[in-house]
Amino acid sequence: MAHSKEPKKFLVGIFDDEDVLIPAVKKLRASGVKIHEVYTPYPVHDLDVYLGYKRSRLSKAAFIFGATGTLLAILMQSFMLGFSWPMNIGGKDHLAYPDFVPVTFELTVLLAALGMVATFLISNNLGPGKQALMFDPRSTDDKFVMAIELEKNHQFTQMQIEELLLQHGVSEKPKEKEV
Amino acid sequence: MAEGPKLTIADEKMQFEFTPRLRRKIFTTLAFGLVLLLAGIGLEAAGVFAGGHGAEEHALLGGGGDAHGHYHWTKRLWANLWLCCVYFTGIALAGVFFVSVNYVAWAGWSALIKRVPEAFGGFLPITFVLMLILFFVAGHDLFHWTHEGITDPKHPNYDAIIASKAAYLNVPFFLGRTIVYFGLWYLLFAYFRKLSKKEDQVSDYRAYLENPTTYNRRVYFSAVFLVVFAVTTSMAAWDWVMSIDTHWFSTMFGWYNFASWFVAGMATITLAVIYLKESGYLKLVNQHHLHDLGKFMFAFSIFWTYIWFSQFLLIYYAHIPEETFYWEPRLFGHYREVFFLNLFVNFTFPFLALMTKESKRTTIFLKIAAIAILIGHYLDFYMMIMPGTVGDNAGFFLLEFGTLSIFIAVFIFMVARGLAQLPLIPKNDPYLKESIYFTQF
Repeated sequence: MAHSKEPKKFLVGIFDDEDVLIPAVKKLRASGVKIHEVYTPYPVHDLDVYLGYKRSRLSKAAFIFGATGTLLAILMQSFMLGFSWPMNIGGKDHLAYPDFVPVTFELTVLLAALGMVATFLISNNLGPGKQALMFDPRSTDDKFVMAIELEKNHQFTQMQIEELLLQHGVSEKPKEKEV
Repeated sequence: MAEGPKLTIADEKMQFEFTPRLRRKIFTTLAFGLVLLLAGIGLEAAGVFAGGHGAEEHALLGGGGDAHGHYHWTKRLWANLWLCCVYFTGIALAGVFFVSVNYVAWAGWSALIKRVPEAFGGFLPITFVLMLILFFVAGHDLFHWTHEGITDPKHPNYDAIIASKAAYLNVPFFLGRTIVYFGLWYLLFAYFRKLSKKEDQVSDYRAYLENPTTYNRRVYFSAVFLVVFAVTTSMAAWDWVMSIDTHWFSTMFGWYNFASWFVAGMATITLAVIYLKESGYLKLVNQHHLHDLGKFMFAFSIFWTYIWFSQFLLIYYAHIPEETFYWEPRLFGHYREVFFLNLFVNFTFPFLALMTKESKRTTIFLKIAAIAILIGHYLDFYMMIMPGTVGDNAGFFLLEFGTLSIFIAVFIFMVARGLAQLPLIPKNDPYLKESIYFTQF
């Protein structure tokens, strides 16, 4: 999430239990509230489905990173062994492609992995010198944190959303947070 | 995930029935196979396919192929039978191996289906008898090293390379090893069945959960089986397959055969589970269990490719004539098409077809991939066995399809018989509940 200059107003609801959170997510969405994001201490299966997320584009990104690695590896080895410094290895052609497979495989995996890590860091605003977006630090411990952006829920007043959250089992009074 | 499964164990049919309908299907397949085989034998015996290969092939194949003497069509029959024996033994064994791995790993998800692969072992005696008979009838056609005088320096058949391997490759030791392999496998398999039966007779399930003695014993002997399996399958691969090309050797060969057997075994298990589910059994087996079976097929297809390629690359890279002659008929000779088809069917196709989560959960995808894998690994063993036995006379026609149909029919018959002997669901398995509620994402 990139920071925009204007701070946005969020309402933060804290849940204690996964089994309270998931019905709450379903009901809030059913009543028309748009949930910005839910932060959980551990991966909650199918939460993405209940939140109505679209399929992540991460796999496409991974494919592109991997394909870059494949291409780079083939070009590099072809250039080195075929043109820059041809060597006679067992009397085979200089461009003996089966020989290139291990390096090509490794570079594919390496670039895909590094690319995914970079994507992860960028999309989560992590990394050296960055301030990670955190609505409530207890989401890294034992709380389930739901963030609702007020601007995107014009049809409700702040009070109404707070009441809905309280109805659906937040464990403490929802607070406001500007990010 | 808060919702449990809608079905309970009460909905499950506990006992597999070997119905007359299935029996009829099996016998039709068997009869079909026999007709094809007999037609093949008849046509071959009448000399319909006799071509002028002899001399040309001799020159081409050098040390590897038909240096054993003249080609006679019966050789192709023996090689086919041997191929099916090796392939189906591996599949039957892979079933027992898979169950053992699950026991040793304390796996919960597979409790519902574990009786299916367990029953595969019932096929082992068939191939044992057949392989012994084949070895006596056709040992000379299949194995160069069994030839008379091959270790005797004064004999015209003398072969220094084979003579140096005679301490391992000699008829009594070979037969002894084969008997020991099958003996160990079958003893452990029979013991596993006994333990399964014993577990079914447990009367107090609660007390059994506190102290699952039978289960623990099974885990212990499964670990023993894994050790036995690791050693014997490697050696069986050298004996039954690698020794056909006696001059050649590969230190990857045991692994390579294991990979081929295991992925074919997983494909068979998947097909069997889907078949049972579609005929009204195993109702509690759902997409989560199928997903795991799909993952096994996917992962081990890649594993097979990794092993296959590791073996190929070392030989290709080193480029030593002692090793490369093995690939000569396969890569540049009669087997070139099968060589590339093999890679496509065993790697590219399952890799792409089983890549997504949804395809691993959809029965039709699993069925297509499993059948492709089974065909692919038949081709794989074909590539290992045929060039060294029949050389350029290999092909796919009546003999091949006939033998294959017969083996499929007998395999299904033995597995169905085994399944009917014990309840299909291990009702006292400590992990049964975990398996019923098993979910993954």
